[in-house]
Amino acid sequence: MNAKRTDLIATIVIDLIVASVVGILFFLLAYILTAGLPHVSWSFLTGATDAFSGAGGIGVQLFNSFYLLVLTMLISVPISLGAGIYLAEYAKDNWRTSLIRSAIEVLSSLPSVVVGLFGFLLFVVKFKIGFSVISGAIALTFFNLPLLTRNIEESLSAVSRSQREAGLSLGLSKWKTELGIILPVALPGIVTGIVLSAGRVFGEAAALIYTAGQSAPVTNFADWNPMDPASPLNPFRPAETLAVHIWKVNTEGLASNAAALSAAASAVLIIAVLLFNLGARLLGTYLYRRVTASK
Amino acid sequence: MEQTNFQLKKQDAQSHEWETQLHHATKATREDWIGRGISYFCIGIIILVVASMLWFITSKGIATFTQNHVSLWKFLSGTNWAPDQGQIGALPMIVGSFAVTFAAAIVATPFAVGTAIFMTEISPNKGRKFLQPVIELLVGIPSVVYGFIGLAVIVPFMRHLVGGSGFGIISATFVLFVMVLPTITSMTVDSLRAVPRFYKEASLALGATRWQTVSRVILRSATSGILTAVIFGMARAFGEALAVQMVIGNAAIMPKNLISPASTLTSQLTTGIGDTIDGTLPNNALWSLALILLLMSLFFNAIVRVIAKRGQLKHER
Repeated sequence: MNAKRTDLIATIVIDLIVASVVGILFFLLAYILTAGLPHVSWSFLTGATDAFSGAGGIGVQLFNSFYLLVLTMLISVPISLGAGIYLAEYAKDNWRTSLIRSAIEVLSSLPSVVVGLFGFLLFVVKFKIGFSVISGAIALTFFNLPLLTRNIEESLSAVSRSQREAGLSLGLSKWKTELGIILPVALPGIVTGIVLSAGRVFGEAAALIYTAGQSAPVTNFADWNPMDPASPLNPFRPAETLAVHIWKVNTEGLASNAAALSAAASAVLIIAVLLFNLGARLLGTYLYRRVTASK
Repeated sequence: MEQTNFQLKKQDAQSHEWETQLHHATKATREDWIGRGISYFCIGIIILVVASMLWFITSKGIATFTQNHVSLWKFLSGTNWAPDQGQIGALPMIVGSFAVTFAAAIVATPFAVGTAIFMTEISPNKGRKFLQPVIELLVGIPSVVYGFIGLAVIVPFMRHLVGGSGFGIISATFVLFVMVLPTITSMTVDSLRAVPRFYKEASLALGATRWQTVSRVILRSATSGILTAVIFGMARAFGEALAVQMVIGNAAIMPKNLISPASTLTSQLTTGIGDTIDGTLPNNALWSLALILLLMSLFFNAIVRVIAKRGQLKHER
């Protein structure tokens, strides 16, 4: 067999591999959408779940997913912003910084189930808060912090040095320079990272089954007082999210139409995640244009 | 006398003012202190989280051995898992976890490397416009959705193909294969792109075909990067909980073949931890499984570091 023929065969094999990878993705999307979308209706999206079998709508779960996402982002964005600024701006190149970096790396490589168990141990067992929105949000924060911090650090470090020098030479403090000059330039990258991580948080289940819990008590959507136990905004009530719901319906299997139900819920979840991905791209490009004034 | 005293006082006050200006911090400096304080505080939180996570899980995980006096060797080599009866043999789960991890990595690597070669060498244009989004979408699909598809498609398919329940290591391998594929692919792409352009040009100029160049020059010089990619994929597979738990069958017995129900560390943890009482042996035993997961995650991290360091040395030489 000569070299040219080997080359041809290798190219064909690689083409087949690529075709199968693309095929897998299209099969996955097509399967979920065709199996799930016919069952998605307005009453499914807003309806209540039967507490025993898990059948019925996903209204509460959908709300819980978004509520947890918002809370998680409210906690994790400021912390990772501060930590990102520390790493990009204040950290010196010494053993302490490399220790901090390894700690962040370790946190990001921990399996999400371990993060969830830590949250369970801390909030449910030790602090006795119980399965609650706030436990779930903090567990998701642990899971989200390292990636977001790294993303923010990278975006900040990518801003050119001359911008920093310009700010400092005007007599601004380092902190003002960072907030007023560097951060706006780095914003497109940071926002893209935040929205992408939102997609990840939205689909996460393993960190939540023992922190936010697996039950979605019926809440009164007319009651918006966060202190009220029946209010959807109460951070101390258990909150099963959409992703946890899919897991639960499948593993406990009490609903007679479990397959259709979880296909529909998966379709909703996938569409939400796709929208996050698409949104991240569009928002990133839009902000980049606004900030850099380029066409 | 009175007047001079007054003048002196005035002078004093003036010099005091200068002193304040010279020796005290300006507004900008004070801002910097605040900013520094805020960013130190934020990084402090992260360090605290990591430290307490390692501390809590370790102290919980070793309770099986320190409080319940189960021998470490029995825990690691025992094949009987019945914590209610004091039988703590974690080997079935350890074997299960390693089996699915290695199997998934072995299946996924050729696909990932092939796709990466296509994206960087064969058709960079199509790669960027078309395959990049495909890979990103695969990363974005939540793991419960993978688990659900495994349950709805792969398990019935395996049942049809080989009989039995369809749950087992092979089904988990297929699910994990799709889950680690994008991780390995995108990291391999990065390492292939990092190969200096003149390596490729030199090889092509010598009359080598594209495949000869790819297989003997590009893949070889990107070996450490590809290895890192595979390790990352394995770490993801090892720690994946729900998708595996949904398709592996969760039987805590030594896996005899690839098509009978088995269990992994993560699947045992997710099914068990809610049913046990804090502080009891069955609960402590589960925390020991969590500790193994934690240690393996640290181990994967360490390997990646070693590979990176050796790769760096090679480039410096």
